[in-house]
Amino acid sequence: MSTNVLPTYDDVVSRYEPVIGLETHVELGTVTKMFCGCPTDFGAEPNTQVCPVCLGLPGSLPVANRAAIEATIRIGLALNCSIATWCRFARKNYFYPDMPKNYQISQYDEPLCVDGYLDVEVDGELVRIGIERVHLEEDTGKTLHVGGATGRIHGATESLVDYNRAGIPLVEIVTKPVPGLGARAPEIAKAYVAELRDVIRTLGVSDVRMEQGSMRCDVNTSLNLPGAEWGTRTETKNVNSLRSVERSVRTEMLRQAMVLDGGGTITQETRHFHEDTGDTTSGRSKETATDYRYFPEPDLVPLAPEPVWVEQLKAALPELPRQHRARLKTEWNLSDLDMQSILNAGAVELIERTVAAGASPEAARKWWLGELSRRANADGVELEAVGATPEQVAKLQVLVASGKLTDKLARQVLEGVLAGEGDPEQIMAARGLEVVSDTGALTAAIDEAIAANPEVAEKIRGGNQAAAGVLIGAVMKTTKGQADAKTVRELVLARLAS
Amino acid sequence: MAAISREEVAHLARLSRLAVTDQELDRLAGQLDVILQSVARVGEVAADDIPPTSHSVPLVNVLREDVVVPGLTRAEALSGAPDTAEDRFRVPQILADEE
Ligand SMILES: [Zn+2]
Repeated sequence: MSTNVLPTYDDVVSRYEPVIGLETHVELGTVTKMFCGCPTDFGAEPNTQVCPVCLGLPGSLPVANRAAIEATIRIGLALNCSIATWCRFARKNYFYPDMPKNYQISQYDEPLCVDGYLDVEVDGELVRIGIERVHLEEDTGKTLHVGGATGRIHGATESLVDYNRAGIPLVEIVTKPVPGLGARAPEIAKAYVAELRDVIRTLGVSDVRMEQGSMRCDVNTSLNLPGAEWGTRTETKNVNSLRSVERSVRTEMLRQAMVLDGGGTITQETRHFHEDTGDTTSGRSKETATDYRYFPEPDLVPLAPEPVWVEQLKAALPELPRQHRARLKTEWNLSDLDMQSILNAGAVELIERTVAAGASPEAARKWWLGELSRRANADGVELEAVGATPEQVAKLQVLVASGKLTDKLARQVLEGVLAGEGDPEQIMAARGLEVVSDTGALTAAIDEAIAANPEVAEKIRGGNQAAAGVLIGAVMKTTKGQADAKTVRELVLARLAS
Repeated sequence: MAAISREEVAHLARLSRLAVTDQELDRLAGQLDVILQSVARVGEVAADDIPPTSHSVPLVNVLREDVVVPGLTRAEALSGAPDTAEDRFRVPQILADEE
């Protein structure tokens, strides 16, 4: 291995071309497991959602879940794949206690869906990512390693296994290798996973929550010199957030460039991604496909999806995220740039829900991209975790539109919402933030301001309306900013016109 | 020409996490070879017009509805386990030193 220093990213992409590939696992949100009737609730007590089938007890037989097959076909269709007219499950044999059968039921050379693509928008440009296959398998149990350092497998003296997750339907979506992305490879990898997540969420077949593990990514990366053959790839596992997808590609590009620069060669291996440091480390050497000794699963008969059924599923696909975004852009009357800033802020759905709750698109956009984005940035959280709901924002805007709040007061109410003080109306009442619209109180304040500034009043009487600012300021001060400046101006001018 | 080599048997044993002695390897390699050669004779009979068969019943699409069927209680699930701890199956060290 080389002792070279890590090159800079710009340097790496000026000399090497990356090829990436992504394998994404998605746990389906079916009520029951893939091959048995056990429930799939997240967070249940260990080993309480198990039966003879998913524990691999002798004599038990699997039967495939129709809803899982349907969900997989729908994913395939949404990714523009061809759906197999006949295919089989396969046994992937490996001796590891996360599967009690000593094999995992998967699909090997006959996946349910093949040869599709997903168009991903990056900075307004469309990048087409080829989809090699979408297949269905079963998830594994969860192992808890005891005796080693911090739950890691190395150094563990024993492992404790919970089979609640074993047998939950798991869809694997594999891209074709993607060359030609250059410096944008990490960013496009992330955009692909984000788009895939949105597509699957739209289909309603999984909650696709990366932090809970219902969506997990393995990222393949290789480097080659321009014009040369593709390099040896590594497969980075444990990539469990969108940010990590981007970071892991980048990290691996830098590491591989360092090895190659030093005259070394890349070993085809599994590497583990570490969220805390952003580094990858070498994992156990991968068993080869031959070592898994795949063969057709004898306990399950082949699948032959009826073309009529597939056509029905295709016709019933919902509007997919990209079409949906295009429609919103038109409905909200936005420029490309406006739409892009909404997308970059991750605010599409938030704005959509705010509009649905009664705000105008302009106002909803203003709140989420303005005040709330600033707050989210300052707090270092995602916009959706900022602490205000679309319903609360809509309520706030309705109060502004009806004249009960000025923009300034609305921002104070929003402070209260973000501080967890309740809904806008409660906060208005508790903080006494309503616009002073009582004409009697306003007239008194105006008279007071005129009395205190006779020379200004004289100027206004003489036709100098610009001088009104002084009086308006004085009234706003008396009313602690809770008057509508425009109303005050009108009242001041009317008072001095007579 | 043997259908399976002694090295291949050793490799399979390792994949299956089985500790096999040299004597056992000699014996098992011979026995597996006989089995594989017998199976290979069946393959010789199959002509080109006979497609490989993976299932003996001519059925497709045997599916179940996505409806919960009560399974085992935890006590029942763990009752057959050689060892348990913290409501889980307890198994020996998974990765040997070479990995
Ligand atoms: Zn089960």
